Amino acid sequence: MNDWLIGLALAFTVATATVAVLTRDPAKQAVVLSALGLGLAVLFAVLQAPDVALSQLAVGTALTPLLILLTVRKISRHRAPDEHDEEQR
Amino acid sequence: MTARARLLLLLAAAAVIAAFFAAACTELPPFGTASHPYGERAVAAALAHRTANVVSSVNFDIRAFDTLGEESMLFGTVLGATLLLRRARDERHHRAEAGRVLPTTRLFGSLLLPVTLVVGVYIVAHGQLSPGGGFQGGVVLATALHLAYVAADHRALRRLRPLTVLDVTDCAAAASFTLVGLATLAAGGAFLQNMLPLGTFNRITSGGTVPLLNAAVGVEVATGLIVLIAHFLDQAVELTDPEEHRKERQ
Amino acid sequence: MGVWPYLAAGWVLLVALYGLVTSRNLVHAIGCLAVAQSSTYLLLLAVGYRDGGTAPVYSDLVPGSRPVVDPVVQALALTDVVVGATVTALLLALTIQLRKRHRTVDPQALAGLKG
Repeated sequence: MNDWLIGLALAFTVATATVAVLTRDPAKQAVVLSALGLGLAVLFAVLQAPDVALSQLAVGTALTPLLILLTVRKISRHRAPDEHDEEQR
Repeated sequence: MTARARLLLLLAAAAVIAAFFAAACTELPPFGTASHPYGERAVAAALAHRTANVVSSVNFDIRAFDTLGEESMLFGTVLGATLLLRRARDERHHRAEAGRVLPTTRLFGSLLLPVTLVVGVYIVAHGQLSPGGGFQGGVVLATALHLAYVAADHRALRRLRPLTVLDVTDCAAAASFTLVGLATLAAGGAFLQNMLPLGTFNRITSGGTVPLLNAAVGVEVATGLIVLIAHFLDQAVELTDPEEHRKERQ
Repeated sequence: MGVWPYLAAGWVLLVALYGLVTSRNLVHAIGCLAVAQSSTYLLLLAVGYRDGGTAPVYSDLVPGSRPVVDPVVQALALTDVVVGATVTALLLALTIQLRKRHRTVDPQALAGLKG
């Protein structure tokens, strides 16, 4: 029973990790990273590591995607007028 | 180097890594092995120091010196981000106008904020007894405060978070970890040796220096991350540089 | 389950390295680095797992009554998670600064040094 849970969580983690790398748009990648964080937290919980699962849940699903999204907002606010210029040309 | 050459180099390196890593994995004890010599010794040491959560005991007692290094890394990151994300001379500060918030979001935010803060404090305080501790609880506390941003606006968050006070608290918490170590030296022990009375097993006061160091780390992580997110938020929401002003005026 | 969990960690690391090398956006590269870090948590916790073991927390467990999984690797992974987050934060701060000074976040376009 536990082996099945571990295998399932492991497969989900590997799949989301691969998708996260192949998602080239940082804003969308942040969402996939959040899912990866959740998958890792579940995996750690079934691997009997509640301490690590808690910290992964807080860091991986909330903090890292939040910081990435704030950075994307800062950077793309620069870029938006550039694209506008190109349209005018 | 062209993108193609870089990819070829990666593929060659990845083939070597994959081959050696797979070969090494077959020599590791299989997944789920019953032989954990270090784990068993750590459990015995934690029980001898009357700390119920063995992971906390490893972090704040057996490997306390490593945790000092890790905590310094966190402190260094907060310091570095504060320096990198400070307001540059040519940047302009403008107050973000309050956005419209759905009444249900406001209700849930203001209901959840105190509950999440209490949960954060609980996780920090019971670090030596149940799963949790300074690192996890600190992150929960830091992110919980930002429910105020979700439920209201930047101004409400600003009032909840006096940055100067938090900066000083962060420094004090980072220093107190070292001070505990120096105190144990002064008392005649080794640096960060667990010398306080160990208390009763499974009580909140058990574990000697573990609760102290745990609390120091909890305060440091919480305040440090709040300061860190505050600088990122300022950059993303409130600071604009000259290029953007030009674009806006056009 | 044999060696599969270890191989999964290796796969995650290699995929993340591929993303890092082919990335055209530094924020995406930092995301890939976060994925690479998660492979280390996977490997550490897979090494520490024990069949039929429970969490190494004795607040509601009589010592010696059940086998527990390895707490040492859990402490290492816990450290790893927090350090990983701080590294990500510092790199993102550097990226913001880079964007201000060089007007790009494409690593290919960052050819020369500029004062």
